[in-house]
Amino acid sequence: MATVELRFSALPEHVRTARLVAAAVARRAGVDESVLDEVRLAVGEACSRAVGLHQRGGIGGTVRVALTDQEKRFLIEVEDEAGPAAVPASGAAESGEPDEDTLGLAVITGLVEDLEVTNGTDGGLIRMSWPVSVPSVAV
Amino acid sequence: MDLSLSTRSVGDRTVVEVGGEIDVYTAPKLREQLVELVNDGKYHLVVDMEGVDFLDSTGLGVLVGGLKRVRAHEGSLRLVCNQERILKIFRITGLTKVFPIHTSVDDAVNATD
Repeated sequence: MATVELRFSALPEHVRTARLVAAAVARRAGVDESVLDEVRLAVGEACSRAVGLHQRGGIGGTVRVALTDQEKRFLIEVEDEAGPAAVPASGAAESGEPDEDTLGLAVITGLVEDLEVTNGTDGGLIRMSWPVSVPSVAV
Repeated sequence: MDLSLSTRSVGDRTVVEVGGEIDVYTAPKLREQLVELVNDGKYHLVVDMEGVDFLDSTGLGVLVGGLKRVRAHEGSLRLVCNQERILKIFRITGLTKVFPIHTSVDDAVNATD
């Protein structure tokens, strides 16, 4: 079972909440301060991507973020309900902006060493983990 | 924290001072601001990111979109940023090769190339 689990409506305004919660739980789990920025950014990217997939698909639903404090790793899973291999709609290019999905995945890939991106029938799942620094002396 | 935006003219350049968080929720406001400036004929932009606490790929996308718009008018879009955690995102995505990144607004405003 996840240490903390968060579900939010697939809307942009909730992504910040997910970032803040993930960083707070990661800090408490013992993830090094120096990588908390990376955790915050990676979770934000994964959630933004999930929200984008929902919005481009024109579907509601929720994004699930599971934060799990394992013995030596801190695991984060971000799962969407956007359906199988949601493809950006052709209208997405109209704004003249580059494909944000591609940029988002580029950031996540550049940040996270232990990363797995999969797609099931219900939607996609991004699984990432970071090492937990175990204090040598119990406090 | 929300996004704050303010603009001022310095010579023929327009400085856009951005503060707060640029993410999937706030990036559209920055996009609107850049589009508005270009529509007003401001084609030489300096985006001052020293007050930015957080930037994600959505924000990067908006900046790239802005760059495309000003370039269509033979303009320029320069960034001012000294924050390592923000610069890292530009490096990861290879965008340090796309944007001229300056250490100060003065430097960006006076740059010619």
